Parts: sequence; C-alpha cells; structure tokens
Amino acid sequence: MEDDAPVIYGLEFQIHIIDFDDENNIISKSVLQHQAGEIWHISASPADKAVLTTCYNKTSESRVVTCGAVWRMPPEWESGSHESPDDPHNSHNPQNLELLCHLDNSSHGNASCVLWEPMGDGKCVISLADNHALLWDLTESSTQATISSSATLEGKGQLKFTAGKWSPHHNCTQLATANDTAIRGWDLRTMSQIYCIENAHGQLVRDLDFNPNKQYYLASCGDDCKVKFWDVRNINEPVKNLEEHSHWVWSVRYNHSHDQLVLTGSSDSRVILSNMVSISSEPFGHLVDDDDLSDAEDNHQDEKTKEPLQDSIISTYEEHEDSVYAVEWSSADPWLFASLSYDGRLVINRVPRALKYHILL
Amino acid sequence: MYIRSSRRVHGMLKLYYGLNEEGKTVDQAESMNPCDINGTHFDPEVYLNKLRRECSLGELMDQESCMVKQIRSLDSDMQTLVYENYNKFISATDTIRKMKNDFKKMEDEMDCLSTNMAAITEFSAHISGTLQDQHAQITKLSGVHTLLRKLQFLFELPARLNKCLELQAYSQAVSSHRRARCVLQQYSHMPSFRGIQDDCHAIMDKLAQELRQKFRDGGSSAEDLSECVELLLQLDEPAEELCDKFLSHAQSRLEANLRGLEAETDILEFIDRGCNEFVSSLCLVIASYQELFVNRPQEGNLASKDIPHMAIGKLHAFVDALATCYFSLVERRIQEEKSVGDNSLLVRALDRFHRRLQAVAKLLPGSAVPSQGTEIVVRAARERIKQYLAALQSFYLDSLRDVRQALAAPRLGGSSAGELLSSLSASILNQIKSVLASVHLFTAKDITFSNKPYFKGEFCSQGVRESLVVNFIKFVCQSSRQFCESAGDRGGSTPPALLLLLSRLCLDYETSTITYILTLTDEQFLVQHHSPVTAVAALCGEARGAAQKLLNHYVKVQGLIISQMLRKSVETRDWVNTIEPRNVRAVMKRVVEDTTSIDVQVGLLYEEGVRKAHSSDSSKRTFSVYSGSRQQTRYAPSYAPSAPMDTNLLSNIHKLFSERIDIFSPVEFNKVSVLTGIIKISLKTFLECVRLRTFGRYGLQQIQVDCNYLQMYLWRFVSDENLVHFLLDEIVGSTAHRCLDPAPMEQSVIEVICERG
Repeated sequence: MEDDAPVIYGLEFQIHIIDFDDENNIISKSVLQHQAGEIWHISASPADKAVLTTCYNKTSESRVVTCGAVWRMPPEWESGSHESPDDPHNSHNPQNLELLCHLDNSSHGNASCVLWEPMGDGKCVISLADNHALLWDLTESSTQATISSSATLEGKGQLKFTAGKWSPHHNCTQLATANDTAIRGWDLRTMSQIYCIENAHGQLVRDLDFNPNKQYYLASCGDDCKVKFWDVRNINEPVKNLEEHSHWVWSVRYNHSHDQLVLTGSSDSRVILSNMVSISSEPFGHLVDDDDLSDAEDNHQDEKTKEPLQDSIISTYEEHEDSVYAVEWSSADPWLFASLSYDGRLVINRVPRALKYHILL
Repeated sequence: MYIRSSRRVHGMLKLYYGLNEEGKTVDQAESMNPCDINGTHFDPEVYLNKLRRECSLGELMDQESCMVKQIRSLDSDMQTLVYENYNKFISATDTIRKMKNDFKKMEDEMDCLSTNMAAITEFSAHISGTLQDQHAQITKLSGVHTLLRKLQFLFELPARLNKCLELQAYSQAVSSHRRARCVLQQYSHMPSFRGIQDDCHAIMDKLAQELRQKFRDGGSSAEDLSECVELLLQLDEPAEELCDKFLSHAQSRLEANLRGLEAETDILEFIDRGCNEFVSSLCLVIASYQELFVNRPQEGNLASKDIPHMAIGKLHAFVDALATCYFSLVERRIQEEKSVGDNSLLVRALDRFHRRLQAVAKLLPGSAVPSQGTEIVVRAARERIKQYLAALQSFYLDSLRDVRQALAAPRLGGSSAGELLSSLSASILNQIKSVLASVHLFTAKDITFSNKPYFKGEFCSQGVRESLVVNFIKFVCQSSRQFCESAGDRGGSTPPALLLLLSRLCLDYETSTITYILTLTDEQFLVQHHSPVTAVAALCGEARGAAQKLLNHYVKVQGLIISQMLRKSVETRDWVNTIEPRNVRAVMKRVVEDTTSIDVQVGLLYEEGVRKAHSSDSSKRTFSVYSGSRQQTRYAPSYAPSAPMDTNLLSNIHKLFSERIDIFSPVEFNKVSVLTGIIKISLKTFLECVRLRTFGRYGLQQIQVDCNYLQMYLWRFVSDENLVHFLLDEIVGSTAHRCLDPAPMEQSVIEVICERG
C-alpha cells in the first residue's frame, strides 16, 4: 500500500513515499532526495517496485529544460524505520535516489511524461517530448536506454504533447496522446496514427485514462471543466459528458477493478467520485451466479439486481484548499484513493461503504 | 211565543223567494234590532219593555195612538188589495173551463187518424208483393251488363296497351294492366283468357324494356326518373336491382362532379364548388331516392316487405362511399393550404363545408357523414395550430438571425442591445397576438362549427393554449438553451452579445411576458380547463432556468476569451530570460479594455447590482497590502531550504480565514455579478498558467507590475474587491514560488510604471 507523490518544496526536491496502514489508520512516510531538479511527472515501473521514472526541470544557464530519467530507490527505505507522521523534521538527511539512466532526448525537446508498458516486464517505456513520442528499450538492469522507434506529430504551429496514456489492451500496442484540444491514438508497431479526435475538448486536454475493462473506452478531461468518455470506434461524439467541476479538470482515473468508479481532480479544489454505471463493463450491476445463492437470499438478490442503475455523483471531496493536480487509485485496495493539491496536501479517502457493498453484493 | 215562531216561518218563506236578498239588504243592520217594529227580529216584549223604561206616560200615550193609527191604515190597505184581486180569480176560473172542452174535441180527431194510417200500411204491403219478381230480374240484368263491360275491357286491353305504348302513356298502361292482371291470372285456364294474358305479358314486357331503357339512358330528368322507377316497381321489378341501378346512375354523375373538383386551385372556390355541385346533387339524390324507395306507402302485395330497410342500407353505403371520396379530396386540399397569412379564407371555407354537410345530416339522420365532416374540420384546425406554431418558431429564429446580424454589424445608427431587445420582444409579442387573432377565427360566433364541444373546450385549452402558446414559450426556452450547448466545443459559436440578449429576453419572459401572454389567451378564448394544463409558474421556472443558463454561459464564454488571451501571453513568453519590466504588458491593457467593453455591454441590459462597500481609494489600499510586508513574509521562507513547511503553514492559515472561491458559481441577474464571474475565471486561469511556468527575477517583477495594473482597474467591476485582491495575491505568491531568484520589485517603482501606463 503505497503512494508515490511528487511534491515541490522550494528549491529542494524530494520524493515522499507515503505508507498508509489501512487497519490501524496510520500514515508514515519516507523521503528520498531528487537532486536533479523539480519533478513534473512521476511513474513507477510495473515490474520492479523500486524503479521509477521522473520528468524534471533542469535549469542551466538561465534555460529551463525538462528531462526524463529512470531511478532506483535505495533498498533501505523499505526496511528502514518509518518516521512518525507528526514529526516532519525527522526527514533530514534523506537518502538519494540512484540514477539508472537518462532518457536522453535533448534532440527531441522537453519531456512532458514517461509511460511504462502496462503490466510489462519493466523494459519498455515511452516518453513524450514536445511533439515526439519515443519508445525506449531498457536493458535488464535498466542502466541503459536506447530508442527503438519514434513517432512525430507534424502540423502547423508548435505542437506539443501535453498528456499520454499507454493502453493496457490490444497486447499493449496502442498509445493515446493529447495535444492542445485533440486526442490521438497511435499504433506502436508501426508508430503511426490510428485515430484523431479533433476538438475533443473546448480547450486544452489535461489528462487521459483507459477503461481497464473495456478496450475501446477512454476518458479525458480538460480546461473546459468537462470530463468526457469516448468510444474510439466512434470519435464524432463522446459517449458521455460530465460537467460537474467549476474549473479545469487536471486528472481523471478509472478504478482498476470497478470501472464504473471514476475519480476526477480539478483546480476548483474539489475531487469528485462518480459512478458511471451506464458505460461501465458492468452496466447491470454485479452479475450474480444463481448457484452461489441460497434459496433464502434469492428474492432479495433479484430485487437488487433489477434496480435500474443511474449514473451519479457519489461524493465530492472538499478537503483541499487549493487546486488539486493529481488523483490516483490505490493499486492494492480498490476502495482507496489519494489526491494531491498545490499546497502539498495529500488526502487519502475511501469509497463510501454503502456503495462498496452495493457494488460487491 | 206564537208571534216569534210565525215570524220565523215568515222569514223562511222570504228566504225561499229570495226576497231577503232583493229588498232588505240595505237595512240589514236595522233588521237585527229587536226594537225595530218593521224588522224581522222584532220582539214585542223587548220593544214594550224598552218603551216602558224609556218613555214617560205622555209619550207612551202618543206612541199608542200613533200605533193604533198605523194599524188602522194597514187594515184599509189590505181590504183594497182583496177587492182588486177578486176579479182576476174569476176570469182564471173561466179560462180553465174553456180549455177542458177543447181537449175533448181533439181526442176524437186523433182516433180517426190512427184508423186511416192502418189502412195505408195494408195497401203498401200489397203493392210491394206484386213488384218483387220484376225487381230480381232487373238486378240480374245489370250484373250481366257489368260483367260484359269487364270482358270487353279485357278483350280490348292488348289494343289499348299498344296504343298507350305508342303514345308513351306508360302510367295509364301500367294502371290498366294492373286492374286486369288478377282476373287474367284467375281465369288463365281458359284458352281465350290465356291468349289475352299472353298478349298483355308480351306488351308489358316490352313496356318494361322500354322503361328500363329510359331509366338506363340517364338523360332524363330526376322527375322522369322517379316516375320510371315508380312504374317499374309497380310492374314487380325487383326493388333491389332498381336501387342499385338508381344509385350507380347517380354515382357516375357525382363522380364526375368530384373529378371536376380536382382542377380547382383556390380553396374557397374549391369548397364552394364542392358544396354547390357535389353536396347539393348528393342531397338531391338522397331526397329523390328516399321519395322513391323509402317513403313509399307500404303495399301488402309486394313480395319484399323490407324494401325501405334494404333501401336505406344501400343508401347509407352509397353515401358513405362517395363522402369518403369527397372527404379525402377535401382533406388533401386542406393540407395543401400551408400559407399562414390569411386564416379567414380557410375558416370560411371550412365553415361553408361544415354548413352544407348539415343538409345531409337533416336528410339522412343516421349517417356518419356530418360527424366525419366535423372531424375533418377538427383535424384541419389542429393542423393549423401546428402550422402556426411552426410559423411562430421560424419567425422567432428569423428574428434571432436579424438580431445576430445587427449585433455583428458595426454600430452605424447606434442600435444598442437594449433597443434590439425591446424591438425583438415587441415583434415576437405582435406576432403571437396576430396568430392568436387568426386562430380566434375558428371560434367566432357566426361559424357553424364553433359551438361544437371540441371548439369550445379542447381546441381552446389543449389546442391554442397548450399546443400553440405554451409550446412556443417552451421552444423559446429550449432554443435558447441550445445556444449554450452547441456553442461550446465544435464551431458555430454564438456571439456572446446574443447570449446576453437572450438571457435578458428569457428573464423578461419570466417576470412578465409569459403571464401576459397566457392571460391574454385565456381571456380571448375563455379557456375552461377541463384537462390539466401547464401552470404559469412552471413556464416561468423554465424561462428563468434558461435565462440563468444563458447568463452562465455568457460568463463562461467571455471569461474564456479573456482567459485564452492571458494563457497565450503566459505560455509563449520565456519568463526566465526576460528583461527588467519597463511598462505594463499590452495584453493586460487589452484585458482591462475588454472588461470595460463587457461592462458597457452588460450595463445596457442588466441593472447594476449590489457590491460590497469599499474605501475611497481601493486601488491604492489593496495594492499596498499585497506587495507590502505581508507578501514578504509569505515567500521569504522559501529562501531557507530547511523550512519548507512554514510557507504552507502560512498560506494555509491565510486560506482558512479567506472564503473559498467558487470559480464558476451561478451568476445573479445583475451587472456586477456577471463581471465578477468573468474576472474570477480570467484571474484563475492566470493563476494556473503561472504555476506551470518557471520565472526569473524579472519575470516575477513583470507579473508584479501586471497584477498591480489589473488591481488598479478591475476592482471597480466586481461585487467584492477582496476577491480580486485575493486572486492577484495568489498569482504573485505562486509566481514567487516558481521563481528561481525571487527578488520583488519596489512598490514605488511598480506604481510609477503602472501610472505611466
């Protein structure tokens, strides 16, 4: 149960590993130094939990460049004693991250994000740099990275990828990227564009996420305060629109196992948990096998499954005082999620118990 | 005692002869007095007592002598009366005696008369006995004579029939034949009669043939036809066949009429012609048919007794079939009537159509034709309402397009938004009124169908009120809402000024117009709501919702335009390597200009609204706060690498005390609220963009200058200046966070730069 959170504190850049003990409701954290510069994007390897990539700003000669790199966390953080959450000053003398390799792309411009191959063996990453998508092969120890192929977005003006997501479907051969108001899909085998949703949002697209269970479904959010759900087979119209936030939506995430649960974070300082039953992979609720039911329960269960389910807002979390920039589901417990805001506040929440039981039963 | 009882007898006698009524009515009151000597109730005892009591002796003596004198005169009167009447008695006795003698003489004469009469009776019997034989003979002879006359008629019949045939006196022939037919039938076993019968049959067949031919020809007049039919019926032709023939004959003529109709173009002429030709000849056919087959006196010898029954059935089928054709024609024609300009023509045509069908109803009481006709009228009215709704809608859209063009065109004559709004709403209202007036024709008093239950009830409430007026208002709201939806993402954006104008329009509808229109409708049509109708409040709610949505959208769009400007200005600049600020960036001036023009635009349509009280020199005061000492303490700790928490702590504490800002909170219907919304959106965007960049020293200073400039000009637009202050504060604070070398500019320098412009 861990959440990696990038936090910028003045000129010192750290990675905090927050450990949340669900049973005892205790939060503890470890701090790692990231000396290369301020971190703009972070993602963990699916294969090795000690390996992660960051995109960071490097300031040199009054020029700001964003680079990508692969890091290994020192082995001690895990076994080492966790500090109590009440005493932040224990985080002095934090340990440094061990640099594995640079995703050196100085020729390709600033990296906006680095994506790991979902459920892969930790050998493939994609970095999005300005208008290029670069596919990297890492060696066994991740100490060396080579570009195996790349795609370039061409068009009028200065095009720049703002966000991307590696699809977990189709044998991991598809990538979705966002630039300005458009969403594009790429085939990684040929590195060519397969679809393009022009004007997917009224303004800049901020984030994308794939439905983990429905291979053609994609969620996007952006500066027009909307969250849209797409079926990439029909790119003319979104399947569904959500218009609950009152400012830019910065992040959208499907729950990893129950894809009707969608989490969004916005700069109106709110986190909204929605229940999108109608477009989920379980539109009629959890299908119950008759064999599992005892006769006594039968009627009761039938009633429940027959209830028409509506898309709805489950709850709005207003704990943050400033813009929320990131939301993430826990990879261990599907009912747990965290959100992070500008002022450095990390909030961990649970899905309401009533809804949880409604989905499970 | 004796006297009293005798008086009573006297009274009864008087009563019997009615004297009491005649003579004594006047002094009835006196007569009751027992002291009145002439009265009926006179009591001598009482009278005597009274006299004795009241009078002196002298008076009594006088009274007595007076009374004796009176009695004496009465006695002499009585004597004269007896003498006078005596003579009369004597003469009466003489008369009676004379009468007795006369009666005796008369009795003798009567006896003589009775003997004479007996002798006469005897003679008369004798005479009739002798004449009886001759009389029987004469009777027999006259019988033979009649028979011979009949026979002669029979023998002459074929010749006579032939002659009639030649002269075409068919009716005479038929009546002659009818007279002879039974006899011939009866004696057909005799060869001579058989001959005659055969001859007659042949002739009559020929005659029937001829009649049928005439009937079939059709050239003859209706009267001829009916005569034909009557004769044929008398000839025992099957009635059913005749009915069929008659009807098919009529049908061909009526169908020709209908075909003639199809060529007609003008609706009124079409209906006129339909009425005059088709309907009137249909009526004629019905009338003559009924005359012939239905209303004829029942004749017992006709084999089929249910002729009228059968005939009526046929007639109904016939009329229904033709009417269906006619109605389909009429309906098609009415559907072609699409132009909504002049409704009176259509209404008049429908009225005529409906009126003429009433004639059919009178002729043929059980027929479904009139009710079908009414249904057509009802359908036409419904269709009309739909057309009017469509016309209103397209008028509304056209007006909107005009307004749009007027807004897009450069201001020439100074047609401001306010004028446009008032002219738009006035023209819509006028259009609604004229449509109502047109529709009102359907319910005018002189229109025959206006008193049908549909036109009294459902047409007014469901038709006019719901389908037309309410639907139009709903359409206005919905189309307004659509402007909000379509304009968002994919091109075809609506000009913001139009959004604002529509929002005001919807608001006006909510406050007054809807109520006015509905009241007007209810009054004009005297709507009686049998079925539930849309409440005014619901419509007003809808209009208000639309107004709110439009205004929100307006704020969003305008905010977006300014945001976009700010975003581009922040994103495209290299803030690390910028030069020391010398003046306010042009984009900030642009922002202030745009905000000012939006302020003017909104001010034309919406009221000012309330703002929180502020000090006399707000720009100065707030400015000094955010770049003053507090600001210093806010980002000073960021120098110290070991104390990152302080910054957060401070900013969090600060935020605890300031209210949370809802960026896209619902806008109120006033200028200040609208402007506040737009400025909030713009500044929030500015803030978010700044947080995504890295700044050098001069970058921070430039932002300081820009924010100061914005502060100087924007505070006056918003409801709560602290809001602008807070957001600008956040922007500078965030910039300082993102700054590599945060060295803020001197406040005095900033002021100098800003004032220079």
